[in-house]
Amino acid sequence: MGQGILLSAAADVDFMVHGLFSYKFFGHTVWITTTHVCLLIVILFLIGFSIVAGRVMKHATEIPSGFQNVVELIVEMLDKMVGSTMGKHAGPFLNYIGTIFIFILISNFSGLFGLRPPTADYGVTLPLGLATFTLIHYNKFKYQKVKGVIEGLCSPWPFWAPINMIGDIAVPISLSLRLFANVLSGTVMMALVYGLLSKIAVIWPAVLHVYFDLFSGAIQTYVFCMLTMTYITDARTTE
Amino acid sequence: MEFNENFILGCSAIGAGLALIAGIGPGIGQGIAAGHAAAAVGRNPGAKSDITSTMLLGQAVAETTGLYGLLIGMILLFVKPLLP
Repeated sequence: MGQGILLSAAADVDFMVHGLFSYKFFGHTVWITTTHVCLLIVILFLIGFSIVAGRVMKHATEIPSGFQNVVELIVEMLDKMVGSTMGKHAGPFLNYIGTIFIFILISNFSGLFGLRPPTADYGVTLPLGLATFTLIHYNKFKYQKVKGVIEGLCSPWPFWAPINMIGDIAVPISLSLRLFANVLSGTVMMALVYGLLSKIAVIWPAVLHVYFDLFSGAIQTYVFCMLTMTYITDARTTE
Repeated sequence: MEFNENFILGCSAIGAGLALIAGIGPGIGQGIAAGHAAAAVGRNPGAKSDITSTMLLGQAVAETTGLYGLLIGMILLFVKPLLP
């Protein structure tokens, strides 16, 4: 009995990360999990898309047609989003923001195709948060110099520094946890629907998929990129 | 004093339920944001798309605290950290 109380059909409900096989790496046991496989599928899809897009754009015509339309639409949309948020700082970040936007978006959407979304694993979202953290502080030191950083840390009073430091450290954690928890909650809800209501789960779960995978996934992707851009723009702004 | 496994699991379930009370805050916050956005659209229907995207961004950020509660609840229910 024991654990059965908590989730009465626990055997059917499955949303955890599973280890597929393990190997030894410098004395540690390292697992290849379902996350790795789903991540690999997503990345292969993106690589295939990029190769096709690159080939199409090599023979680009003046009047776009077919697939060229789609590629130009995506690039223009990303350019507009980054440009309108970062203003004159947009230049070097068009590629980075575009890349993480497409990656997170396709990762979130992959729940539609029966994969476990890679972003529902904290090991995927934490590095994304840490990349943002690194960019923020690299740009801060580059543009505000050491003096400006120390001044920012000691505002409004010097003894405020520890609290400002905690605020800095909380940025990547809250960024990554927000994305992770949103996608995970969608995954858990879908697993519960398919696991516990499997007898009547016909067609209508599509509505839930639209909300949890498409809507929530797109919003969270947008929020992640938007916050990254805002923080970086803040770090690069010198008064 | 010895506690058996079922007692700990039951307490974990109660804790998970209490953790999800955190959902109240984002509910109120998102409601306020949506209400003000509706008022803003009423005043200036031309800016509807801008207002909607700003509202969704703010709501998604306000959701964070509720998600922390959800995370705690899930950890208590499924990872079962309190079991010896």
